[in-house]
Amino acid sequence: MKKIRISNIIPQIALLLLGLLFIAPFVFMLSTSFKLPSEIFEMPPRLIPRVFTLENYAQAFMTIPFFRYTLNTFLITFANVAGQLIIAPMIAYSLSLIDWSGKKIIFPLVLVGMMIPQQVTMIPLYMTFFRLGLTGSFWPLIIPAFLGIPSLYIFLLRQFFMGFPKSLIHAAKVDGASEIRIFYGIVLPLCKPALVAVSIFTFLYTWTDFLNPLLYLSRSEMYTLSIGLQAFVRERYVEWGPLMAASFLFTLPVIILFFAAQRQFVEGITLSGVKS
Amino acid sequence: MNNTRKRNFITGLLFAAPWIIGFILLQLYPMASSFYYSFTRFNIMQSPVFIGLDNYTDLLSDRLFIIAVQNTLYMLLITMPLTLACALGISLLLNINKIKGMSIYRTIFYVPTVVPPVALSVLWFFILNPRVGFINAILGFLGLPQPNWLSDPAFTKPSLILIALWTMGNVIVIYLASLKEIPSTQMEAARVDGAGSLAMLRNIILPWISPAILYTLVVNTIFYLQYFTQAYVITSASGNINDPSHFGGPMNSLNFYATYLYHTAFVSFRMGSASAMAVILLFAGGIMTFVLFKTSRKWVHYGGE
Repeated sequence: MKKIRISNIIPQIALLLLGLLFIAPFVFMLSTSFKLPSEIFEMPPRLIPRVFTLENYAQAFMTIPFFRYTLNTFLITFANVAGQLIIAPMIAYSLSLIDWSGKKIIFPLVLVGMMIPQQVTMIPLYMTFFRLGLTGSFWPLIIPAFLGIPSLYIFLLRQFFMGFPKSLIHAAKVDGASEIRIFYGIVLPLCKPALVAVSIFTFLYTWTDFLNPLLYLSRSEMYTLSIGLQAFVRERYVEWGPLMAASFLFTLPVIILFFAAQRQFVEGITLSGVKS
Repeated sequence: MNNTRKRNFITGLLFAAPWIIGFILLQLYPMASSFYYSFTRFNIMQSPVFIGLDNYTDLLSDRLFIIAVQNTLYMLLITMPLTLACALGISLLLNINKIKGMSIYRTIFYVPTVVPPVALSVLWFFILNPRVGFINAILGFLGLPQPNWLSDPAFTKPSLILIALWTMGNVIVIYLASLKEIPSTQMEAARVDGAGSLAMLRNIILPWISPAILYTLVVNTIFYLQYFTQAYVITSASGNINDPSHFGGPMNSLNFYATYLYHTAFVSFRMGSASAMAVILLFAGGIMTFVLFKTSRKWVHYGGE
Protein backbone atom coordinates (compact mmCIF):
# COMPACT_ATOMS: atom_id res chain seq x y z
CA MET A 1 0.00 0.00 0.00
CA LYS A 2 2.64 2.45 1.09
CA LYS A 3 4.78 1.67 -1.96
CA ILE A 4 1.97 2.57 -4.35
CA ARG A 5 1.43 5.90 -2.67
CA ILE A 6 5.09 6.92 -2.81
CA SER A 7 5.43 5.85 -6.44
CA ASN A 8 2.53 8.15 -7.23
CA ILE A 9 3.69 11.14 -5.20
CA ILE A 10 6.95 11.72 -7.02
CA PRO A 11 5.37 11.91 -10.51
CA GLN A 12 2.65 14.13 -9.08
CA ILE A 13 5.25 16.60 -7.77
CA ALA A 14 7.22 16.44 -11.00
CA LEU A 15 4.06 17.19 -13.00
CA LEU A 16 3.16 20.07 -10.72
CA LEU A 17 6.58 21.70 -11.17
CA LEU A 18 6.56 21.12 -14.93
CA GLY A 19 3.04 22.48 -15.17
CA LEU A 20 4.09 25.65 -13.35
CA LEU A 21 7.05 26.08 -15.70
CA PHE A 22 4.75 25.71 -18.71
CA ILE A 23 2.29 28.28 -17.39
CA ALA A 24 4.93 30.79 -16.28
CA PRO A 25 5.53 32.38 -19.73
CA PHE A 26 1.81 33.15 -20.04
CA VAL A 27 1.69 34.59 -16.54
CA PHE A 28 4.65 36.86 -17.19
CA MET A 29 3.30 37.96 -20.55
CA LEU A 30 0.02 38.95 -18.95
CA SER A 31 1.48 40.59 -15.85
CA THR A 32 4.11 42.52 -17.84
CA SER A 33 1.40 43.84 -20.14
CA PHE A 34 -0.20 45.54 -17.11
CA LYS A 35 3.02 46.85 -15.53
CA LEU A 36 4.47 50.35 -15.55
CA PRO A 37 7.83 50.60 -17.39
CA SER A 38 9.68 51.22 -14.11
CA GLU A 39 8.31 48.02 -12.63
CA ILE A 40 9.14 45.91 -15.69
CA PHE A 41 12.84 46.55 -15.11
CA GLU A 42 12.65 45.51 -11.45
CA MET A 43 14.58 42.39 -10.63
CA PRO A 44 13.43 39.87 -9.55
CA PRO A 45 10.21 40.38 -11.54
CA ARG A 46 6.97 40.54 -9.55
CA LEU A 47 4.21 38.13 -10.43
CA ILE A 48 1.41 40.60 -9.81
CA PRO A 49 1.95 44.27 -10.76
CA ARG A 50 1.96 46.72 -7.87
CA VAL A 51 0.05 49.19 -10.00
CA PHE A 52 -2.20 47.99 -12.82
CA THR A 53 -1.98 50.16 -15.92
CA LEU A 54 -3.67 49.99 -19.31
CA GLU A 55 -1.03 52.32 -20.73
CA ASN A 56 0.73 49.44 -22.59
CA TYR A 57 -2.47 48.48 -24.37
CA ALA A 58 -3.08 52.10 -25.38
CA GLN A 59 0.54 52.29 -26.62
CA ALA A 60 0.16 49.06 -28.60
CA PHE A 61 -3.01 50.34 -30.25
CA MET A 62 -1.34 53.64 -31.08
CA THR A 63 1.80 52.11 -32.59
CA ILE A 64 0.22 49.31 -34.60
CA PRO A 65 -3.09 49.76 -36.43
CA PHE A 66 -4.47 46.85 -34.49
CA PHE A 67 -8.01 46.87 -35.89
CA ARG A 68 -6.73 47.09 -39.45
CA TYR A 69 -4.34 44.16 -38.95
CA THR A 70 -6.97 42.10 -37.16
CA LEU A 71 -9.40 42.75 -40.00
CA ASN A 72 -6.78 41.77 -42.62
CA THR A 73 -5.87 38.62 -40.73
CA PHE A 74 -9.51 37.75 -40.24
CA LEU A 75 -10.32 38.23 -43.95
CA ILE A 76 -7.49 35.98 -45.08
CA THR A 77 -8.28 33.40 -42.41
CA PHE A 78 -12.00 33.37 -43.18
CA ALA A 79 -11.32 32.90 -46.91
CA ASN A 80 -8.93 30.02 -46.18
CA VAL A 81 -11.39 28.24 -43.90
CA ALA A 82 -14.15 28.67 -46.49
CA GLY A 83 -11.91 27.42 -49.30
CA GLN A 84 -10.76 24.33 -47.42
CA LEU A 85 -14.29 23.54 -46.21
CA ILE A 86 -15.68 23.67 -49.75
CA ILE A 87 -12.83 21.89 -51.51
CA ALA A 88 -11.12 19.44 -49.13
CA PRO A 89 -14.23 17.29 -48.43
CA MET A 90 -14.90 16.88 -52.18
CA ILE A 91 -11.42 15.52 -52.78
CA ALA A 92 -11.44 13.37 -49.67
CA TYR A 93 -14.80 11.96 -50.79
CA SER A 94 -13.40 11.15 -54.21
CA LEU A 95 -10.41 9.43 -52.59
CA SER A 96 -12.42 7.35 -50.16
CA LEU A 97 -16.04 6.64 -51.05
CA ILE A 98 -16.15 6.90 -54.84
CA ASP A 99 -15.14 3.66 -56.49
CA TRP A 100 -12.78 4.73 -59.26
CA SER A 101 -9.30 3.67 -60.29
CA GLY A 102 -7.70 7.14 -60.36
CA LYS A 103 -7.61 7.44 -56.59
CA LYS A 104 -4.84 4.87 -56.43
CA ILE A 105 -2.64 7.41 -58.21
CA ILE A 106 -3.97 10.57 -56.62
CA PHE A 107 -3.90 9.55 -52.97
CA PRO A 108 -0.12 8.87 -52.93
CA LEU A 109 0.36 12.22 -54.67
CA VAL A 110 -1.64 13.91 -51.90
CA LEU A 111 0.78 12.39 -49.39
CA VAL A 112 3.76 13.56 -51.46
CA GLY A 113 2.20 17.03 -51.69
CA MET A 114 1.94 17.15 -47.90
CA MET A 115 5.65 16.52 -47.55
CA ILE A 116 7.03 18.95 -50.14
CA PRO A 117 8.81 21.72 -48.23
CA GLN A 118 7.40 25.16 -48.98
CA GLN A 119 10.88 26.40 -49.88
CA VAL A 120 10.88 24.17 -52.96
CA THR A 121 7.87 25.89 -54.54
CA MET A 122 8.26 29.32 -52.97
CA ILE A 123 10.45 31.10 -55.56
CA PRO A 124 8.66 30.05 -58.79
CA LEU A 125 5.28 30.64 -57.15
CA TYR A 126 6.38 34.10 -56.13
CA MET A 127 7.53 34.75 -59.70
CA THR A 128 4.17 33.60 -61.07
CA PHE A 129 2.17 35.81 -58.73
CA PHE A 130 4.60 38.65 -59.46
CA ARG A 131 4.02 38.34 -63.21
CA LEU A 132 0.28 38.22 -62.64
CA GLY A 133 0.58 41.45 -60.68
CA LEU A 134 -0.83 39.79 -57.56
CA THR A 135 2.08 40.26 -55.15
CA GLY A 136 1.10 42.81 -52.53
CA SER A 137 -2.50 41.58 -52.57
CA PHE A 138 -4.27 38.93 -50.48
CA TRP A 139 -4.80 36.65 -53.49
CA PRO A 140 -1.59 34.59 -53.18
CA LEU A 141 -2.59 33.89 -49.57
CA ILE A 142 -6.12 32.79 -50.47
CA ILE A 143 -6.05 31.01 -53.85
CA PRO A 144 -4.20 27.85 -52.62
CA ALA A 145 -6.96 27.03 -50.11
CA PHE A 146 -9.52 26.93 -52.92
CA LEU A 147 -7.38 24.36 -54.72
CA GLY A 148 -7.00 22.16 -51.65
CA ILE A 149 -3.43 23.22 -50.78
CA PRO A 150 -2.02 22.45 -48.20
CA SER A 151 -3.39 18.95 -48.63
CA LEU A 152 -3.14 17.90 -44.99
CA TYR A 153 -6.87 18.47 -44.56
CA ILE A 154 -7.71 16.21 -47.50
CA PHE A 155 -5.70 13.50 -45.79
CA LEU A 156 -7.45 14.09 -42.45
CA LEU A 157 -10.92 13.96 -43.99
CA ARG A 158 -10.07 10.95 -46.12
CA GLN A 159 -9.06 9.02 -42.99
CA PHE A 160 -12.39 10.01 -41.46
CA PHE A 161 -14.46 9.12 -44.55
CA MET A 162 -12.83 5.69 -44.78
CA GLY A 163 -14.74 4.71 -41.67
CA PHE A 164 -18.07 5.87 -43.12
CA PRO A 165 -20.72 3.08 -43.34
CA LYS A 166 -20.75 2.04 -47.00
CA SER A 167 -24.20 0.46 -46.56
CA LEU A 168 -25.73 3.94 -46.15
CA ILE A 169 -24.31 5.04 -49.48
CA HIS A 170 -25.32 1.81 -51.14
CA ALA A 171 -28.90 2.17 -49.91
CA ALA A 172 -29.09 5.73 -51.24
CA LYS A 173 -27.76 4.60 -54.60
CA VAL A 174 -30.40 1.88 -54.83
CA ASP A 175 -32.97 4.61 -54.19
CA GLY A 176 -31.53 6.44 -57.19
CA ALA A 177 -29.77 9.32 -55.40
CA SER A 178 -27.06 11.07 -57.41
CA GLU A 179 -23.45 11.22 -56.23
CA ILE A 180 -23.79 14.93 -55.44
CA ARG A 181 -26.93 14.30 -53.40
CA ILE A 182 -25.22 11.53 -51.48
CA PHE A 183 -22.22 13.74 -50.81
CA TYR A 184 -24.11 16.84 -49.66
CA GLY A 185 -27.18 15.11 -48.25
CA ILE A 186 -25.74 12.11 -46.43
CA VAL A 187 -21.96 12.15 -46.05
CA LEU A 188 -21.27 15.78 -45.12
CA PRO A 189 -24.00 16.12 -42.44
CA LEU A 190 -22.68 12.98 -40.74
CA CYS A 191 -19.09 14.19 -40.84
CA LYS A 192 -19.55 17.44 -38.94
CA PRO A 193 -16.91 16.65 -36.28
CA ALA A 194 -14.26 16.19 -38.97
CA LEU A 195 -15.35 19.40 -40.72
CA VAL A 196 -15.11 21.26 -37.41
CA ALA A 197 -11.58 19.91 -36.94
CA VAL A 198 -10.59 21.04 -40.45
CA SER A 199 -11.99 24.53 -39.80
CA ILE A 200 -10.09 24.80 -36.53
CA PHE A 201 -6.77 23.67 -37.96
CA THR A 202 -7.12 25.88 -41.03
CA PHE A 203 -8.01 28.83 -38.81
CA LEU A 204 -5.03 28.22 -36.56
CA TYR A 205 -2.60 27.70 -39.44
CA THR A 206 -3.67 30.81 -41.37
CA TRP A 207 -4.15 33.07 -38.36
CA THR A 208 -0.62 32.39 -37.16
CA ASP A 209 1.17 32.01 -40.52
CA PHE A 210 4.24 34.18 -40.93
CA LEU A 211 6.22 33.15 -44.02
CA ASN A 212 3.48 33.62 -46.62
CA PRO A 213 2.37 37.09 -45.49
CA LEU A 214 6.06 38.02 -45.20
CA LEU A 215 6.58 36.99 -48.83
CA TYR A 216 3.55 38.64 -50.35
CA LEU A 217 2.46 41.63 -48.25
CA SER A 218 4.67 44.67 -48.65
CA ARG A 219 2.49 47.69 -47.85
CA SER A 220 1.94 48.13 -44.13
CA GLU A 221 -1.82 48.70 -44.39
CA MET A 222 -2.11 45.15 -45.77
CA TYR A 223 -0.17 43.54 -42.90
CA THR A 224 -1.51 40.64 -40.89
CA LEU A 225 -1.06 40.49 -37.13
CA SER A 226 2.01 38.24 -37.53
CA ILE A 227 3.79 40.73 -39.77
CA GLY A 228 2.56 43.69 -37.74
CA LEU A 229 3.91 42.27 -34.50
CA GLN A 230 7.22 41.40 -36.14
CA ALA A 231 7.50 44.96 -37.50
CA PHE A 232 6.68 46.28 -34.03
CA VAL A 233 9.38 44.24 -32.30
CA ARG A 234 11.86 45.22 -35.01
CA GLU A 235 11.29 48.93 -34.44
CA ARG A 236 10.76 49.22 -30.69
CA TYR A 237 12.22 46.15 -29.16
CA VAL A 238 12.77 47.40 -25.64
CA GLU A 239 9.22 48.56 -25.05
CA TRP A 240 8.38 45.36 -23.26
CA GLY A 241 5.02 46.49 -21.89
CA PRO A 242 3.39 47.36 -25.23
CA LEU A 243 5.09 44.34 -26.84
CA MET A 244 3.60 41.95 -24.30
CA ALA A 245 0.22 43.67 -24.58
CA ALA A 246 0.28 43.24 -28.37
CA SER A 247 1.48 39.63 -28.10
CA PHE A 248 -1.27 38.86 -25.63
CA LEU A 249 -3.99 40.38 -27.83
CA PHE A 250 -2.66 38.41 -30.81
CA THR A 251 -2.63 35.16 -28.82
CA LEU A 252 -6.00 35.57 -27.10
CA PRO A 253 -8.25 34.51 -30.04
CA VAL A 254 -6.44 31.20 -30.55
CA ILE A 255 -6.46 30.48 -26.83
CA ILE A 256 -10.22 31.12 -26.74
CA LEU A 257 -10.66 28.94 -29.81
CA PHE A 258 -8.64 26.22 -28.15
CA PHE A 259 -10.70 26.18 -24.97
CA ALA A 260 -13.95 26.31 -26.96
CA ALA A 261 -12.96 23.32 -29.07
CA GLN A 262 -10.47 21.40 -26.98
CA ARG A 263 -11.97 18.00 -27.76
CA GLN A 264 -11.74 18.52 -31.54
CA PHE A 265 -8.13 19.65 -31.16
CA VAL A 266 -7.07 16.51 -29.37
CA GLU A 267 -9.12 14.27 -31.66
CA GLY A 268 -7.77 15.96 -34.76
CA ILE A 269 -4.19 15.49 -33.70
CA THR A 270 -4.59 11.87 -32.77
CA LEU A 271 -6.57 11.25 -35.97
CA SER A 272 -3.70 12.57 -38.06
CA GLY A 273 -1.04 10.89 -35.98
CA VAL A 274 -1.80 7.50 -34.61
CA LYS A 275 -4.52 6.01 -36.73
CA SER A 276 -2.78 6.46 -40.05
CA MET B 1 -21.53 -2.57 -65.61
CA ASN B 2 -19.01 -0.90 -67.86
CA ASN B 3 -21.24 2.16 -67.86
CA THR B 4 -21.18 2.39 -64.06
CA ARG B 5 -17.41 2.16 -64.05
CA LYS B 6 -17.17 4.93 -66.59
CA ARG B 7 -19.58 7.12 -64.66
CA ASN B 8 -17.73 6.49 -61.41
CA PHE B 9 -14.47 7.43 -63.05
CA ILE B 10 -15.86 10.72 -64.30
CA THR B 11 -17.48 11.58 -60.94
CA GLY B 12 -14.30 10.68 -59.09
CA LEU B 13 -12.24 12.81 -61.41
CA LEU B 14 -14.62 15.76 -61.15
CA PHE B 15 -14.62 15.64 -57.36
CA ALA B 16 -10.81 15.51 -57.30
CA ALA B 17 -10.35 18.10 -60.06
CA PRO B 18 -9.66 21.17 -57.88
CA TRP B 19 -6.82 19.42 -56.11
CA ILE B 20 -5.36 18.05 -59.35
CA ILE B 21 -5.29 21.59 -60.75
CA GLY B 22 -3.84 22.90 -57.49
CA PHE B 23 -1.18 20.21 -57.35
CA ILE B 24 -0.07 20.88 -60.92
CA LEU B 25 -0.13 24.69 -60.69
CA LEU B 26 0.99 25.24 -57.11
CA GLN B 27 3.33 22.30 -56.48
CA LEU B 28 4.39 20.29 -59.55
CA TYR B 29 5.07 23.15 -61.93
CA PRO B 30 6.87 25.32 -59.32
CA MET B 31 8.95 22.30 -58.31
CA ALA B 32 10.02 21.73 -61.91
CA SER B 33 10.76 25.45 -62.25
CA SER B 34 12.96 25.36 -59.16
CA PHE B 35 15.00 22.63 -60.85
CA TYR B 36 15.35 24.76 -63.96
CA TYR B 37 16.14 27.97 -62.07
CA SER B 38 18.81 26.14 -60.05
CA PHE B 39 20.89 25.88 -63.23
CA THR B 40 20.57 29.59 -64.00
CA ARG B 41 21.65 32.95 -62.72
CA PHE B 42 18.83 35.45 -62.36
CA ASN B 43 17.13 38.04 -60.25
CA ILE B 44 13.51 39.03 -60.56
CA MET B 45 14.11 41.76 -63.13
CA GLN B 46 16.38 39.95 -65.60
CA SER B 47 15.51 36.70 -67.30
CA PRO B 48 17.46 33.56 -66.29
CA VAL B 49 20.88 32.83 -67.84
CA PHE B 50 21.89 29.16 -68.01
CA ILE B 51 25.10 28.54 -66.04
CA GLY B 52 25.09 24.75 -65.57
CA LEU B 53 26.06 23.46 -62.14
CA ASP B 54 27.72 26.69 -60.98
CA ASN B 55 25.08 27.42 -58.31
CA TYR B 56 25.69 24.03 -56.74
CA THR B 57 29.48 24.20 -56.79
CA ASP B 58 29.37 27.78 -55.49
CA LEU B 59 27.28 26.66 -52.51
CA LEU B 60 29.97 24.18 -51.50
CA SER B 61 32.41 27.03 -50.98
CA ASP B 62 29.80 29.38 -49.47
CA ARG B 63 30.73 29.72 -45.79
CA LEU B 64 27.24 30.92 -44.79
CA PHE B 65 25.63 27.97 -46.56
CA ILE B 66 27.85 25.51 -44.66
CA ILE B 67 26.98 27.23 -41.37
CA ALA B 68 23.28 27.11 -42.24
CA VAL B 69 23.54 23.37 -42.88
CA GLN B 70 25.40 22.84 -39.59
CA ASN B 71 22.87 24.85 -37.59
CA THR B 72 19.99 22.97 -39.18
CA LEU B 73 21.69 19.64 -38.41
CA TYR B 74 22.00 20.83 -34.79
CA MET B 75 18.21 21.21 -34.66
CA LEU B 76 17.67 17.80 -36.28
CA LEU B 77 20.23 15.86 -34.26
CA ILE B 78 20.07 17.58 -30.86
CA THR B 79 16.91 19.65 -30.49
CA MET B 80 14.55 17.13 -32.07
CA PRO B 81 15.63 13.94 -30.20
CA LEU B 82 15.78 15.88 -26.94
CA THR B 83 12.28 17.25 -27.47
CA LEU B 84 10.79 13.89 -28.43
CA ALA B 85 12.45 12.19 -25.44
CA CYS B 86 11.14 14.84 -23.02
CA ALA B 87 7.67 14.58 -24.56
CA LEU B 88 7.78 10.81 -24.05
CA GLY B 89 8.84 11.31 -20.44
CA ILE B 90 5.96 13.67 -19.73
CA SER B 91 3.42 11.46 -21.48
CA LEU B 92 4.63 8.49 -19.39
CA LEU B 93 4.13 10.58 -16.24
CA LEU B 94 0.63 11.54 -17.40
CA ASN B 95 -0.20 7.93 -18.19
CA ILE B 96 0.42 6.66 -14.65
CA ASN B 97 -2.74 5.19 -13.18
CA LYS B 98 -4.73 7.45 -10.87
CA ILE B 99 -2.60 10.52 -11.54
CA LYS B 100 -4.60 13.52 -10.38
CA GLY B 101 -5.59 16.21 -12.88
CA MET B 102 -4.42 14.35 -16.00
CA SER B 103 -6.68 16.29 -18.37
CA ILE B 104 -5.73 19.63 -16.78
CA TYR B 105 -2.03 18.87 -17.25
CA ARG B 106 -2.64 17.74 -20.82
CA THR B 107 -4.28 21.11 -21.47
CA ILE B 108 -1.41 23.02 -19.82
CA PHE B 109 1.19 21.20 -21.90
CA TYR B 110 -0.79 21.63 -25.10
CA VAL B 111 -1.80 25.32 -24.93
CA PRO B 112 1.66 26.73 -25.86
CA THR B 113 1.47 24.96 -29.24
CA VAL B 114 -1.44 27.16 -30.36
CA VAL B 115 0.38 30.43 -29.63
CA PRO B 116 1.22 32.19 -32.94
CA PRO B 117 4.93 31.57 -33.72
CA VAL B 118 5.64 35.31 -33.96
CA ALA B 119 4.02 36.01 -30.57
CA LEU B 120 5.85 33.02 -29.16
CA SER B 121 9.19 34.31 -30.39
CA VAL B 122 8.53 37.81 -29.04
CA LEU B 123 7.48 36.32 -25.71
CA TRP B 124 10.67 34.24 -25.41
CA PHE B 125 12.75 37.17 -26.57
CA PHE B 126 11.41 38.85 -23.44
CA ILE B 127 11.62 35.86 -21.11
CA LEU B 128 15.26 35.16 -22.02
CA ASN B 129 16.34 38.78 -21.76
CA PRO B 130 19.08 38.92 -19.10
CA ARG B 131 17.82 42.22 -17.66
CA VAL B 132 14.07 41.68 -17.48
CA GLY B 133 13.38 37.99 -18.17
CA PHE B 134 12.30 35.55 -15.48
CA ILE B 135 14.52 32.64 -16.63
CA ASN B 136 17.67 34.36 -15.39
CA ALA B 137 15.81 35.54 -12.30
CA ILE B 138 15.13 31.88 -11.44
CA LEU B 139 18.70 30.83 -12.29
CA GLY B 140 20.02 33.66 -10.11
CA PHE B 141 17.72 32.62 -7.26
CA LEU B 142 19.12 29.08 -7.50
CA GLY B 143 22.66 30.45 -7.58
CA LEU B 144 23.25 29.20 -11.13
CA PRO B 145 25.09 31.06 -13.91
CA GLN B 146 22.92 33.49 -15.89
CA PRO B 147 23.85 33.37 -19.58
CA ASN B 148 23.15 36.06 -22.15
CA TRP B 149 20.79 33.68 -23.90
CA LEU B 150 20.11 35.39 -27.20
CA SER B 151 23.28 37.43 -27.64
CA ASP B 152 25.88 34.80 -26.69
CA PRO B 153 26.43 32.53 -29.73
CA ALA B 154 26.97 29.57 -27.40
CA PHE B 155 23.46 29.99 -25.98
CA THR B 156 21.32 31.00 -28.94
CA LYS B 157 20.54 27.45 -30.00
CA PRO B 158 19.99 26.23 -26.42
CA SER B 159 17.46 29.10 -26.26
CA LEU B 160 15.72 27.58 -29.26
CA ILE B 161 15.74 24.21 -27.46
CA LEU B 162 13.87 25.84 -24.56
CA ILE B 163 11.30 27.19 -27.01
CA ALA B 164 11.01 23.77 -28.66
CA LEU B 165 10.43 22.14 -25.26
CA TRP B 166 7.75 24.66 -24.39
CA THR B 167 5.89 23.84 -27.61
CA MET B 168 6.15 20.03 -27.57
CA GLY B 169 2.48 19.59 -26.57
CA ASN B 170 1.54 18.11 -29.95
CA VAL B 171 3.97 15.28 -29.44
CA ILE B 172 2.82 14.70 -25.85
CA VAL B 173 -0.81 14.39 -26.99
CA ILE B 174 0.14 11.94 -29.75
CA TYR B 175 2.25 9.76 -27.42
CA LEU B 176 -0.41 9.85 -24.74
CA ALA B 177 -3.10 8.67 -27.17
CA SER B 178 -0.78 5.89 -28.26
CA LEU B 179 0.02 4.86 -24.67
CA LYS B 180 -3.71 4.56 -23.95
CA GLU B 181 -3.95 1.84 -26.62
CA ILE B 182 -1.64 -0.52 -24.75
CA PRO B 183 -3.86 -3.28 -23.33
CA SER B 184 -3.62 -3.20 -19.55
CA THR B 185 -3.54 -7.01 -19.55
CA GLN B 186 -0.10 -6.94 -21.18
CA MET B 187 1.23 -4.50 -18.60
CA GLU B 188 -0.27 -6.57 -15.77
CA ALA B 189 1.19 -9.79 -17.15
CA ALA B 190 4.65 -8.24 -17.39
CA ARG B 191 4.35 -6.86 -13.88
CA VAL B 192 3.35 -10.29 -12.54
CA ASP B 193 6.39 -11.74 -14.31
CA GLY B 194 8.45 -9.28 -12.25
CA ALA B 195 9.58 -7.00 -15.06
CA GLY B 196 11.19 -3.74 -13.88
CA SER B 197 10.21 -0.31 -15.17
CA LEU B 198 13.06 -0.22 -17.70
CA ALA B 199 12.26 -3.68 -19.05
CA MET B 200 8.60 -2.68 -19.37
CA LEU B 201 9.58 0.46 -21.25
CA ARG B 202 11.84 -1.43 -23.65
CA ASN B 203 9.78 -4.58 -24.18
CA ILE B 204 6.21 -3.32 -24.09
CA ILE B 205 5.81 0.46 -24.12
CA LEU B 206 8.30 1.43 -26.85
CA PRO B 207 7.18 -1.28 -29.32
CA TRP B 208 3.53 -0.32 -28.79
CA ILE B 209 4.05 3.36 -29.41
CA SER B 210 6.65 2.92 -32.16
CA PRO B 211 4.18 3.94 -34.94
CA ALA B 212 3.59 7.22 -33.08
CA ILE B 213 7.35 7.72 -32.67
CA LEU B 214 7.88 7.20 -36.40
CA TYR B 215 5.13 9.70 -37.18
CA THR B 216 6.55 12.39 -34.87
CA LEU B 217 10.05 11.78 -36.25
CA VAL B 218 8.88 12.32 -39.84
CA VAL B 219 6.77 15.40 -39.06
CA ASN B 220 9.48 17.01 -36.93
CA THR B 221 12.23 16.29 -39.45
CA ILE B 222 10.21 18.15 -42.07
CA PHE B 223 9.53 20.94 -39.57
CA TYR B 224 13.18 21.46 -38.59
CA LEU B 225 14.37 21.34 -42.21
CA GLN B 226 12.09 24.34 -42.74
CA TYR B 227 12.80 26.01 -39.37
CA PHE B 228 12.20 29.68 -40.05
CA THR B 229 9.85 31.90 -38.08
CA GLN B 230 11.43 31.68 -34.60
CA ALA B 231 14.94 32.30 -35.92
CA TYR B 232 13.78 35.11 -38.20
CA VAL B 233 11.74 36.98 -35.58
CA ILE B 234 14.34 36.65 -32.82
CA THR B 235 17.11 37.86 -35.13
CA SER B 236 15.04 40.75 -36.47
CA ALA B 237 14.21 41.80 -32.90
CA SER B 238 17.82 42.67 -32.11
CA GLY B 239 18.90 44.44 -35.30
CA ASN B 240 18.25 44.95 -39.00
CA ILE B 241 17.64 41.47 -40.41
CA ASN B 242 18.25 42.66 -43.97
CA ASP B 243 21.76 43.75 -43.06
CA PRO B 244 24.06 40.98 -44.37
CA SER B 245 26.27 41.25 -41.30
CA HIS B 246 23.36 40.76 -38.91
CA PHE B 247 20.83 38.43 -40.49
CA GLY B 248 22.38 35.24 -39.09
CA GLY B 249 22.30 36.46 -35.50
CA PRO B 250 25.34 36.39 -33.16
CA MET B 251 28.27 34.76 -35.02
CA ASN B 252 25.69 33.42 -37.53
CA SER B 253 24.45 31.04 -34.86
CA LEU B 254 20.83 31.68 -35.93
CA ASN B 255 21.54 31.24 -39.62
CA PHE B 256 19.38 28.24 -40.62
CA TYR B 257 18.76 26.59 -43.96
CA ALA B 258 15.36 28.17 -44.57
CA THR B 259 16.35 31.62 -43.29
CA TYR B 260 19.46 31.66 -45.47
CA LEU B 261 17.44 30.49 -48.47
CA TYR B 262 14.91 33.27 -47.87
CA HIS B 263 17.68 35.83 -47.51
CA THR B 264 19.44 34.63 -50.67
CA ALA B 265 16.23 34.79 -52.70
CA PHE B 266 14.40 37.84 -51.39
CA VAL B 267 17.10 40.09 -49.94
CA SER B 268 20.14 39.44 -52.16
CA PHE B 269 17.91 38.44 -55.11
CA ARG B 270 20.18 35.54 -56.07
CA MET B 271 17.22 33.47 -57.18
CA GLY B 272 19.28 30.83 -58.98
CA SER B 273 21.40 30.10 -55.95
CA ALA B 274 18.32 29.98 -53.69
CA SER B 275 16.66 27.57 -56.14
CA ALA B 276 19.68 25.27 -55.93
CA MET B 277 19.29 25.35 -52.14
CA ALA B 278 15.61 24.48 -52.55
CA VAL B 279 16.44 21.50 -54.75
CA ILE B 280 19.03 20.25 -52.25
CA LEU B 281 16.44 20.66 -49.47
CA LEU B 282 13.92 18.61 -51.44
CA PHE B 283 16.41 15.76 -51.86
CA ALA B 284 17.64 15.97 -48.27
CA GLY B 285 14.08 15.81 -46.97
CA GLY B 286 13.19 13.00 -49.35
CA ILE B 287 16.22 10.94 -48.37
CA MET B 288 15.66 11.48 -44.64
CA THR B 289 12.00 10.48 -44.85
CA PHE B 290 12.91 7.48 -47.01
CA VAL B 291 15.56 6.33 -44.53
CA LEU B 292 13.13 6.74 -41.62
CA PHE B 293 10.48 4.65 -43.35
CA LYS B 294 13.00 2.02 -44.54
CA THR B 295 14.64 1.51 -41.17
CA SER B 296 11.23 1.66 -39.50
CA ARG B 297 10.58 -1.90 -40.69
CA LYS B 298 13.13 -2.98 -38.14
CA TRP B 299 11.83 -1.03 -35.18
CA VAL B 300 8.20 -0.10 -35.77
CA HIS B 301 5.66 -2.68 -34.63
CA TYR B 302 2.02 -2.39 -35.60
CA GLY B 303 -0.59 -3.56 -33.12
CA GLY B 304 2.15 -4.26 -30.58
CA GLU B 305 3.39 -7.30 -32.52
